[in-house]
Amino acid sequence: MTETLVDQRKARVATVSLAGCFGCHMAILDIDERLITLMGLVDFDRSPLTDIKTFTQRCDIGIIEGGCCNEENVHTLLEFRKNCDVLIALGQCAIMGGLPAMRNAIMHSGEPLRECLEEAYISGPYLRNTTRLIPNDPVLPLMLDKVYPCNEIVDIDYQIPGCAPSGDVIFNTLAGLLTGKFAGFDRATLRFD
Amino acid sequence: MSDPFTFRIDGVAVTAKPGQTIMEAADAAGIYIPRLCDVDGLRHQGGCRVCTVKAGGRSVSSCTQPAEPGLEVENNTEARNRVRRDLVEMLFHEGNHLCPICEKSGNCELQAMAYRLGMTAPTRFPYLEPCRDLDASHPDIALDTNRCISCGRCIRASQDVDGKGVFGYVGRGIHRRVAVNGDNLADTDAVLADKAMSVCPVGCIIRKNEGFRMPIGARHFDHGLIGHEIEEKSK
Ligand code: SF4
Ligand code: SF4
Ligand code: SF4
Ligand code: FES
Repeated sequence: MTETLVDQRKARVATVSLAGCFGCHMAILDIDERLITLMGLVDFDRSPLTDIKTFTQRCDIGIIEGGCCNEENVHTLLEFRKNCDVLIALGQCAIMGGLPAMRNAIMHSGEPLRECLEEAYISGPYLRNTTRLIPNDPVLPLMLDKVYPCNEIVDIDYQIPGCAPSGDVIFNTLAGLLTGKFAGFDRATLRFD
Repeated sequence: MSDPFTFRIDGVAVTAKPGQTIMEAADAAGIYIPRLCDVDGLRHQGGCRVCTVKAGGRSVSSCTQPAEPGLEVENNTEARNRVRRDLVEMLFHEGNHLCPICEKSGNCELQAMAYRLGMTAPTRFPYLEPCRDLDASHPDIALDTNRCISCGRCIRASQDVDGKGVFGYVGRGIHRRVAVNGDNLADTDAVLADKAMSVCPVGCIIRKNEGFRMPIGARHFDHGLIGHEIEEKSK
């Protein structure tokens, strides 16, 4: 795996947080002063970091945090696949569902989604919900039956494991991909947490 | 007792005593063979097959196969490790392995084996997502068998060391799993000091009241790949 993602010009990068906690985006900032090196290699398109909400042009790289828990996530992920040459799943949520996927297999439950919503809005011991209803406003994106890893929705080109991945792993992987020197992860630094 | 003899692992001469398994001789020589069900102090089971090597051209589990004079063993090769990585990956698909929320993370042999074998993400197969009840009935021990890899260590430890039989297998084939000898763990004679409660390689047998005690950075596998202690013997 040593292809160069970009040649001379700066790579255009888009990022998004789907069903994630934003920790993976915070981890991008953990690369500290190497951000300056990275900014020399890339321009950001749509991203929470630029606050641009839609693609302004085709991008070289899309970085996805979080899996898909609702239909809006799926729509956004499909948009990313359509508009980016290379998609990177960043962190355990994007790779395999992560913490939100805890709702996929709630113990004792044949209907995990119902049980999850009922505990969150009706029966949980620490809540005060005077309507005693599960929110169902039509503007809310429809929840999926379970949380899906990104690769079950679209093809993913690279996965950067971790929750969140360390700044070192993020920087080394991105810098490696951008300069054509990425040769896989150092086993000693692999982490799933 | 007959004399020690030599055989070769990846071309390196290794001395073995008669009756030693390939893995025992390798350990003594400072050569690490990946493993999950085998552990010091318990009888060999030969269940997980992560320790599979090619010996004399055949695939055998090195934790049960006796070493023989002149045997040529293939261990640390790309082909062997690829099969091991696939086995480990399938275990991740078979159970609910959400490492970020698991109390065993950082001290887990399955996770550490995935790191050693360079598994970055288990995303090739569908997740089975088992939905087995958590057994928190016992005052000191909780069981989450959704993470069980059926290594049988708890069964062997309880039978052979504790003399109890708290754990056993039920079901067959893909449905075979580990169960306790009673309605739940509180109905058995399990106690925290049992050997069986300290041998689980994954986050299935959980000791209560000490969750997440070890900070990240101080956990067993935070520094060095699993098996490095054995490999350092040869340096
Ligand atoms: S992988 Fe961890 S840090 Fe990243 S979004 Fe998911 S929960 Fe947050
Ligand atoms: S048992 Fe090990 S592999 Fe499974 S979730 Fe826990 S730390 Fe991860
Ligand atoms: S409970 Fe733990 S020790 Fe027992 S079989 Fe399952 S993984 Fe192995
Ligand atoms: S360690 Fe040999 S089969 Fe499991």
